[in-house]
Amino acid sequence: MENFTPYSALFGGALIGLAATLMLLINGRITGISGIFGGMLLPVKTDALWRGVFIGGLLTGGAGYMLMSGTPIDLQTQTTPLMSIMAGFLVGIGTRMGSGCTSGHGICGIARASKRSFVSTGVFMFTAIVTVFLIRHVLGGAQ
Amino acid sequence: MINRADKPLALVSVFFCGVLFALGLIISAMVNPAKVIGFLDLFGDWDPSLALVMAGGLAVTTPAFRLILKRDKPLLDSSFSLPTRKDIDPRLIGGAVLFGIGWGIAGLCPGPAITLLVTFDGSIWLFVLAMAGGMVFHRKILEN
Repeated sequence: MENFTPYSALFGGALIGLAATLMLLINGRITGISGIFGGMLLPVKTDALWRGVFIGGLLTGGAGYMLMSGTPIDLQTQTTPLMSIMAGFLVGIGTRMGSGCTSGHGICGIARASKRSFVSTGVFMFTAIVTVFLIRHVLGGAQ
Repeated sequence: MINRADKPLALVSVFFCGVLFALGLIISAMVNPAKVIGFLDLFGDWDPSLALVMAGGLAVTTPAFRLILKRDKPLLDSSFSLPTRKDIDPRLIGGAVLFGIGWGIAGLCPGPAITLLVTFDGSIWLFVLAMAGGMVFHRKILEN
C-alpha cells in the first residue's frame, strides 16, 4: 500500500462533495457528470446551456490547476488506443442505460439514500474489480 | 420554457461548481487512471485511496443533502430537479455492469475523463469521443 494517499484523497473527496452540495442548494440539481454531459448531446435538450457551462467549469478547473501549479496533472494511462475506445463506448452506453455514474449514483444518490444508487454503485464497483482482476491477473494483458 | 438554471447568477454558480468539482478530482487523484486501477485491483498492490475520496465526498453530501432537501426549493430555482424512479430494473443493473467493465478497462469515469481533455492526451480524447458515441448510440438505438 505504498501508494496510499489518505489526506489528499479525503480533502479532494470533500471538495467534490462540496461542489455537489452547492449545486443542489443553489440550483436544485444532482451533480451527475454522465447525465450533465449526455444531456448536451444530440438531440439537444432545452436545458443544454447550464450543462455546457458546468462542463466548461470542469475544463477551466483542469486548465486552471495546471496554470496555477505550473505542473501537469499526474496522469498515467496504460491502455492501447483500441482499449480506450472500447472502454469509452462501454462507459457511454452503460452510464446512460443505468442512469448515472460515480458522481450521480456514488456521491449524490447514496447521499439521498436512493436504493437505485446503492444497487448501481455496488454493481459497477464489483464489475470494475472483476474486470481489473481479469486483465491484470488472468490475461496479464496490457497492464 | 424558461430554465431557471439558465439565469446569469445561476450560471455563474454552475460554473463555479464545475471548477470546484474538477479541483476535487485532481487533488484526490481520481483523475489518474493508474490510481483508480490501483484501487480496483484488490489482488495486487492495493491502494485504498479512492475509498477515502468517496468517504470524503459522502461525509459532506450525506448530512448536507438531508438539510437542503428539507427546504421547499433551492436558492435560485422554483423546485428541486431530482430523479423520481425507485424501481430496480434490468436497465439499471445492465447499465452499471457495462459502465463497470469500461471503468475497469481504462480506469476512467466521465468526470475525470472530461476534466483531462485539457491535458490533450490522445488516449483521453479517444475515450471521451467514444463515450459521447456510446451515449448517442444509446439514445438513438437502444432507447427506441
